[in-house]
Amino acid sequence: MTDDATAAAGEGADWSGAVFAAMKARDVRTVATVPDGGLVRLLNLCHDDPDLRVVTLSSEQEGIGLIAGLWLGGQRGVLLMQSSGAGNCINALSLPAICRMPCLMLVTMRGEWGEFNPWQVPMGRAVENCFAAMGVHCFRADAAEEVGESFAAAADLAFNGGFSAAVLVGQRVIGAKSFR
Amino acid sequence: MSLTDREGRLLRRPLVARLLAERGEALVVTGLGSPTYDVAAAGDRAENFYLWGAMGLAATTGLGLALAQPERRVLVVTGDGEMLMGAGSLAAIANAAPANLAILVLDNESFSETGRQSGLSGGRTDIAALAEACGFAGSLTLRGAEALAAAEALLWRSPGPAMVVAKVALDQEAPVLPSLDGAFLTLRMRERLTERHQP
Repeated sequence: MTDDATAAAGEGADWSGAVFAAMKARDVRTVATVPDGGLVRLLNLCHDDPDLRVVTLSSEQEGIGLIAGLWLGGQRGVLLMQSSGAGNCINALSLPAICRMPCLMLVTMRGEWGEFNPWQVPMGRAVENCFAAMGVHCFRADAAEEVGESFAAAADLAFNGGFSAAVLVGQRVIGAKSFR
Repeated sequence: MSLTDREGRLLRRPLVARLLAERGEALVVTGLGSPTYDVAAAGDRAENFYLWGAMGLAATTGLGLALAQPERRVLVVTGDGEMLMGAGSLAAIANAAPANLAILVLDNESFSETGRQSGLSGGRTDIAALAEACGFAGSLTLRGAEALAAAEALLWRSPGPAMVVAKVALDQEAPVLPSLDGAFLTLRMRERLTERHQP
């Protein structure tokens, strides 16, 4: 494992590769994102795949509309973001909730294990409660080998039932960002 | 029905009806409030998807639909407040560059649904210029009926993403209310566009 992001995750499984494989197996065609350091390897895999479209957003809530529009048109999408971005999505989550549309998200967590920047802590702590309040099913993964199967479970729940579902990838999996 | 009032200001209801008369097989997404009523008044159909909430998301919902249905024209019809709440999405849309997406902003420079408070586009903010600066393929502001043909070309025929900002009178007709049931509206459009509406 020579990739920087994977190296930062320390020992353990290639969770990005597992998530990518689960996305492809479920015919996800579009990936919407405001990037995060923890998503580097997964986003690189997506960019390198000619059958996947990556749409870069200015704010995460745009991804909720994008995924809804894709679904209306018969395609599947996924939203990849950092925990701070989850807060930008709250009212937007009304759309998949009231329309009974799938809304699949993967959130790389900040503000928890070994966080350097205290500004990341309030939203990081609030993600699960905020998502739960909006009816999003959360799947926490705190070990690299859990992420792929959690993502697969979340994806099947979302696409089979028209639910909003999010995998929260713990900061312990990603590795704390250091500025020193 | 005349497209303008005595002062030459565009009237939203007949303007939308006139523009949608050319829609053909196009798909239409509306922003919450009056744009939903205007589009419903022109004829409710499965190819319409009305947002009744999620303010700011009409444009990106249209983007998703345009990417999933590249053979169809997709028109977003929304208001100035709804569009400005999703202002950042103009950059996302321009860079995703869907050639089949156009946005019609019905700009009455007011929050007409909530008591006619002044909106930002009646001040110093130019929404068409914003789209242009974000990288839209084309945009124009329609201030009367004179440039209607150019607006129609931009909305229906020019390569997108394209935007027409129609400056409309604040006066409006009675609401025409389509279904409030989001799940129904979703299934109705998906059934029209896909062979199977559930996996």
